[in-house]
Amino acid sequence: MSKNIGKITGIAGNMMTVAVEGNIIQNEIGYAVTGDEKLKAEVVKIQGDTAFMQVFESTKGLKIGDTVEFTGEMLSVELGPGILGMVYDGLQNPLNELAEEHGFFLKRGAIIPALNRETKWEFTPSVKPGETVKAGDKIGSVKEGIFDHKIFVPLHLLEEYTVKSVVEKNEYTVDTVLVKAEDAQKTEHEFKMYFNWPVKLPIIQYRDKKVPEEPMITQTRIIDTFFPVSKGGTYCIPGPFGAGKTVLQQVTSRFARVDIVIIAACGERAGEVVETLREFPEITDPRTGRSLMERTIIICNTSSMPVAARESSVYTAVTLGEYYRQMGLDVLLLADSTSRWAQAMRELSGRLEEIPGEEAFPAYLESRIAQFYERSGLVELNSGEMGSLTIGGTVSPAGGNFEEPVTQSTLKVVGAFHGLSRDRSNARRYPAIHPLESWSKYVSVLDDEMVQNARKILSRGSEVHQMMLVVGEDGTSQNDFITYLKSEFLDNVYLQQNSFDEIDGATSPERQKYIFKIITSILNMDFNFGNKQEARSFFNTLRSKFIDWNYIEMSDDKFKQQENDINNLIKEKSNDAESIQ
Amino acid sequence: MQKVYSKILSVSGNVITVKAKDIAYEELAEITTSRGKSLAQVIKLEKDIVSLQVFAGSAGISTDDEIRFLGDPMRVTFSDNMLGRIFNGSGVPRDRGPELSDNLIEIAGPSVNPAKRIIPQNMIRTNIPMIDVFNSLVRSQKLPIFSISGEPYNELLARIAMQAEVDMIILGGIGLKYDEYMYFRNELEKGGALNRTVFFMHTASDPIVEGLMVPDLCLAVAEKFALNGKDVLVLLTDMTNFADSLKEIAITMEQVPSNRGYPGDLYSQLASRYEKAVDFEGAGSVTLLATTTMPGDDVTHPVPDNTGYITEGQFYLRGGRIEPFGSLSRLKQQVNDKTRDDHRAIMDGMIQLYAEYKEAEEKRSMGFRMNEWDNKLLKYGDLFVSGMMDLSVNIPLEKALDRGWEILAQCFKPEETGLKSDLIKQFWPKDLE
Ligand SMILES: Nc1ncnc2c1ncn2[C@@H]1O[C@H](COP(=O)(O)OP(=O)(O)OP(=O)(O)O)[C@@H](O)[C@H]1O
Ligand SMILES: [Mg+2]
Repeated sequence: MSKNIGKITGIAGNMMTVAVEGNIIQNEIGYAVTGDEKLKAEVVKIQGDTAFMQVFESTKGLKIGDTVEFTGEMLSVELGPGILGMVYDGLQNPLNELAEEHGFFLKRGAIIPALNRETKWEFTPSVKPGETVKAGDKIGSVKEGIFDHKIFVPLHLLEEYTVKSVVEKNEYTVDTVLVKAEDAQKTEHEFKMYFNWPVKLPIIQYRDKKVPEEPMITQTRIIDTFFPVSKGGTYCIPGPFGAGKTVLQQVTSRFARVDIVIIAACGERAGEVVETLREFPEITDPRTGRSLMERTIIICNTSSMPVAARESSVYTAVTLGEYYRQMGLDVLLLADSTSRWAQAMRELSGRLEEIPGEEAFPAYLESRIAQFYERSGLVELNSGEMGSLTIGGTVSPAGGNFEEPVTQSTLKVVGAFHGLSRDRSNARRYPAIHPLESWSKYVSVLDDEMVQNARKILSRGSEVHQMMLVVGEDGTSQNDFITYLKSEFLDNVYLQQNSFDEIDGATSPERQKYIFKIITSILNMDFNFGNKQEARSFFNTLRSKFIDWNYIEMSDDKFKQQENDINNLIKEKSNDAESIQ
Repeated sequence: MQKVYSKILSVSGNVITVKAKDIAYEELAEITTSRGKSLAQVIKLEKDIVSLQVFAGSAGISTDDEIRFLGDPMRVTFSDNMLGRIFNGSGVPRDRGPELSDNLIEIAGPSVNPAKRIIPQNMIRTNIPMIDVFNSLVRSQKLPIFSISGEPYNELLARIAMQAEVDMIILGGIGLKYDEYMYFRNELEKGGALNRTVFFMHTASDPIVEGLMVPDLCLAVAEKFALNGKDVLVLLTDMTNFADSLKEIAITMEQVPSNRGYPGDLYSQLASRYEKAVDFEGAGSVTLLATTTMPGDDVTHPVPDNTGYITEGQFYLRGGRIEPFGSLSRLKQQVNDKTRDDHRAIMDGMIQLYAEYKEAEEKRSMGFRMNEWDNKLLKYGDLFVSGMMDLSVNIPLEKALDRGWEILAQCFKPEETGLKSDLIKQFWPKDLE
């Protein structure tokens, strides 16, 4: 293919206009050449002979008339073995490798292949000469960590191919030609361990998309019990700054029961990624016995990194997610924050002088958000296996006000809403998910009746609390007051969870079922209290015993002891106490 | 070879345009007017039309004034000779000391590779309980002080600067009043810290755009010192002025504003500065404290709002005290498990009780009868405010934790505090039981 050359005609911020003759493709990649640096850029608008290009680097020093070399390719990622455990920037440049080569700072224009070209993978072929294959069919597999990494016929190929030759089972680098095959016109094609895929196009080589049903366990009690997420589903976490979005995603990335977690740090603080980056290799995943990092991918385009690459980073992340879903795995993508991605779109749109919508966001904001979440899903693959990609995105609304375009567009498309509340985070009630305003369309790990009952008490308790602020405690009946204390108790010992504690931070579904049954019986119990003071002090003691209990491993002997302790306390105050257990 | 032009095509706001060739994006130019010389920076190139932002403002510019392109982007001198010196917003000395023009370094350079960052782990002690106990400051942290004008934020900054154990201080003033600048100078002098301080001063009477460069200048110099092994504390006051200058330029350039006139890239602009805070493995660090005054005491105003989304927490200064609500150090958990066993428990427990105290106080103000529990809370609140929150309290962390237990014991029974029982066993003051 003959490659086009263009000349820069204008520069403002990270947008340049380029005069170019010949064909250009929307989203085509080109490189602006300045000195010995080549700056990657993407065509975002074409008008006659002018290409508008967003530059993925600082444009400092570029001049009018500088050359732009076009590649004929759209912005793509490399898909093949060796992605797990990697830390990439938004364009899939490996950050550790860049650091090794260039030191502390991100060198402008530095590019290193996403997949290591030297690593050898033991390839076991699964096709034979004479067989016909098509895009997405497995031609063999390699072992990547604990997973069977399937090697596919490149997904963008449109035809059927007859296998001509296959390499033997052996160790190969990703660049090796593994299979040669012919199409109907007898043109030869070579299949390697990896292929490129344009990030802005979804991977849809599967048989069917199913309704997500099976819960994706996060081990955060308020989520699994009250606002669950299903494998293949979508959810969002909007909240004002400091309310706990990132911490919630961090614990989810550690404790969620999925095969692979992709963390897309999109336009947020670099320091937060570092925590994951440094800690995950040290943490052993109890389910696999291997380091957590081996099942994690980090896409890291933090706030001071180029804005255009931030726009691409969520697409890079979701493409990698779709790819691993094709292996029949359960993948969870956590994007923090989708608002920064939306802002990157806004900056781009502003530079293109498009007609702005609300808060200067482009008119297509809503459809872009919908398209992004639409790439999630539980799918039945052509092989008959199931795979899932769950997407959870944080939203950072301006002023913490959910009535803004990004939150509203997101709420229209997701299956669960975990709204973080400023009041709750101020009162250190973490995770600060609002128990009355949040919702989920998915099925809880717990019995629905119990959950509904608990929600009723929470909502009644909040009413009583509001009322008490007006009429005072004296003006509140003892029954109402006890309801309030019960709702506070539920909040304190179950909804709130210490994310930084090894034991309290992750509650298995079995444990959730076990404690929640006991809590439910307490919520439904009649108590004999002489007065409110006595009720308050009873619940204070109960609360503190319960919190202590939350810090004890279920397998520990002390667990039963503490439970007995709690039972005895309750027996003193209630006739129904026998009903516990 | 320097290119000189003397035909200005347009003047609008602080932006001028000239026709020129072979000019690089973000290149600097020097413009000579009847009032003197000013620096200007290329902010847009369109064919042969070059738009420049003039740091000294456009007032008095004549269309035949001379513009000399310098061939380089903005740079700043870097050496130990800067210590104790005062520069303006263009990096030129504004004291009577000698010119410094050797060893020029790039400003607003590339960001640190996240893979090279390390987890911050060193607490910076300030002897202010609201910081040390409740929101520990950590080396390499970036943290703003949210405040309305009139609050003693500069006093707080100066006090932290004096008490924090750092190798050097870089103070960037953006739209600072002259007496505020003098105040800093005097305080640092009194504390003997002047000779380890570098000032970049843009005062309220200087042209507004000149303040735009101050954060970049400070941070470029700080970064270099940090790479040379120094632990540097950068103080920027007031970043709201910085944001307002960005707004002014954006409006001149006819960018579509996103929120109350501020440009859509305000977040990215602020982030690229704040993210310069860093701890270099095997070398020094940059810690960044900044003032953000909140117009109308409104934290949802775009400047504090965007700032809060970028920084690692914030201190709210209200009524001369650091507010427990809203104030937050997000790095505190990196350090407060290595101080004393009761640190985290005291931190969370006392704030939860303070929240309840606030409710009780509200009930009281509405005229409700106070029950026994309310009275306990009210007593607690008073002791907390005077013993912990008051900015005159100046005690080390351990003393402050002890004081926390004393306050709790004076007001509550152990089980009323919601604290874990093993800690209560260990720390509850015995003589008060
Ligand atoms: N579950 C939790 N347990 C204890 N502390 C928490 C929890 N969640 C949040 N915090 C506290 O709140 C701070 C801010 O949380 P986090 O960084 O997750 O906020 P955020 O919503 O992501 O904010 P931003 O939008 O600015 O990124 C944390 O550093 C921590 O101190
Ligand atoms: Mg966050």
